[in-house]
Amino acid sequence: MAILTPEPTRSPESRSIGETLAGKRLPRWAPLATAVAAIVVGYGIGAAGSIFGLAWFVVAALLFLIAQTAWSFAVEGRRHAVDRLATTLIYACFIVALAPLLSVLLSVIAKGAGVVFTDFPSFFTETMRNVSPRKPGGGVAHAIVGTIEQVAISSLIAVPVGIMAAVYLVEYGRGRLAKWVSFFVDVMTGVPSIVAGLFIYTFWILVLGFERSGFAAALSLVILMIPVIVRTTEEMLKIVPNDLREASYALGIPKWKTIARIVLPTALSGIITGVMLAVARVAGETAPLLLTTFLSQSMNWDPFSGPQAALPTFVWDQISNGTDASVARAWGGAFVLILFVMIFYIGARLLARVFAPKAR
Amino acid sequence: MSNTATENEHDPLIPHGHKQTGRVGDRVFRGFASGAGIFVLVIMGAIGAFLVWKSIPSLQADSTNFFTTTEWFPDDNPAVFGIAALLFGTVISAAIAMVLALPVGIGIALFIAFYAPRPVASTLAFITDLLAAVPSIIFGLWGLAVLMPNMQGTAQWLNDYLGWIPIFSNSLGIYSKSLFIAGVVLAIMVLPTVSAVTREVFIQVPSAHIEGALALGATRWEMVRMAVFPFARPGMISAAMLGLGRALGETIAVALILSAAFTINWHITEPGGNSFAANIALKWNEAGPIGLSALIASGLVLFLITLAVNMLARWIVSRRKDFSGAN
Repeated sequence: MAILTPEPTRSPESRSIGETLAGKRLPRWAPLATAVAAIVVGYGIGAAGSIFGLAWFVVAALLFLIAQTAWSFAVEGRRHAVDRLATTLIYACFIVALAPLLSVLLSVIAKGAGVVFTDFPSFFTETMRNVSPRKPGGGVAHAIVGTIEQVAISSLIAVPVGIMAAVYLVEYGRGRLAKWVSFFVDVMTGVPSIVAGLFIYTFWILVLGFERSGFAAALSLVILMIPVIVRTTEEMLKIVPNDLREASYALGIPKWKTIARIVLPTALSGIITGVMLAVARVAGETAPLLLTTFLSQSMNWDPFSGPQAALPTFVWDQISNGTDASVARAWGGAFVLILFVMIFYIGARLLARVFAPKAR
Repeated sequence: MSNTATENEHDPLIPHGHKQTGRVGDRVFRGFASGAGIFVLVIMGAIGAFLVWKSIPSLQADSTNFFTTTEWFPDDNPAVFGIAALLFGTVISAAIAMVLALPVGIGIALFIAFYAPRPVASTLAFITDLLAAVPSIIFGLWGLAVLMPNMQGTAQWLNDYLGWIPIFSNSLGIYSKSLFIAGVVLAIMVLPTVSAVTREVFIQVPSAHIEGALALGATRWEMVRMAVFPFARPGMISAAMLGLGRALGETIAVALILSAAFTINWHITEPGGNSFAANIALKWNEAGPIGLSALIASGLVLFLITLAVNMLARWIVSRRKDFSGAN
């Protein structure tokens, strides 16, 4: 009898199966309740003391951390207290990262949209020719033309080189040379943009004797574009199924035709995504343009001679003027620039998602 | 991952003697592909060679020690300039950026990889990557106009309560245009780099390790600490180095935020400071021949530093690849 009904070894309160197995846990509403309490107390401290700005929120967050950890420690023990502390900190990291992104986007929209849309098309159709830095007016037409031309030229050079280098790495590269190329493509990703500008200045302008122009700027952007295109294209080529290559070889098709007609078209959407990401990256580059072009206030359709503006250098120029009207224009230029970049960036990501190859 | 796969799988399937068939198309195409690959090596070599070549005139003209001088008067006669102040500002602002960005970036990566609800995780990853798409000139403008006024209080608080730590004390009472603010902006700019690379490594952690830890009764944090971190440590280190490389070379945001000064000032919340890249951008159009050469020389130093940092980072990752296949 005693064997079949053993004496309960624990107090009746903790007899539920879940509790005996997992130990005592805080109720589900505990984090929320602690948070509300912490915010109330934190705001109270903020209102009572002379704490600046949003600091009461920091106080509330600290209170929440301490209170929840202490409560959890008392009820659940050390391990769960540490776990809750880590979870809270990790969530906080994400919120901390979102804050600047939101702030950047909102302030560009808030300060830029007004300038861009006051008399709507004029900001896009006019240049800065004969516009005083002190007075509102003018526009970014010349800068848009410059950015489009420079990015187009650099894409024309960087896209074929980048794609062929990726083809080399995936389809041909064996041995030591391929290892070096792969390694230096990665290292090239980290070349500071100003160094790319310095290099083109020394090579193209000092040594070869050409003048500073939109084309020189495009050359410096090539250096920044190539590694991005190589990496993304390489990733795409790697997930092209080998069955396709083998089927093509089995039909007696030469390797180069297999790559050009089978492998590259299969990976096309991914390659386009990579190119768009590269365009988004270089369209916003300012530093190399400052070294390789002269700023222009008026329209210049010819990228090969004379000063040429671009959106980033337009913003830089307007900030340097320092007047209220100019800084407002800088925000307007920033708005147009971020629009340009985001269209490419988000477009690239959507494309990648829609046409994502179904890799095994 | 599929690098080894392509190497081992499809090559043997090319018929033997295929390369000897002498097809012109194949040889031309192969030539273009290898040429493009070699072109990358040539560019990297050329960057170093041309920068060295064009920095020689200024290094010969420099009448002081290039590495220990803080002033920057390369166009004077005799030329007096050195990179000490630039090196200091670059390293300190990048260090501030890394101190702030590394823990937060790893936190974001952990959040997206292990904490966020599955269906929204990829969207959240996309949102953090958006930060990487914002051009640096916009970060500079935002840092100057929005962040700087709002950092005043923080810098003042650091002075009031942590002023006994020398770097936080501020005897001027002016808190704008400082290395501290530049470091904060740089931290925001390198955040996506750090979090994207660490996220990639976290995703590669074998699920057997994760499930094993959880099955043994580990809490989620214990799982992260015992299963994820040991596996991902080299990746986290290289993510930090890649972020550092980006912070060291950032130009425009730093140039807009700092008030260029050629001094070494350990009080990081006081105005002043400078960096290699910012100095090049700011001095470029007013420099004479020796001045340009001096700026190229400073650019060469920046190039070599970022090269070393990036190569180290990539080397750590590639070393990692060799034994990750065994897991």
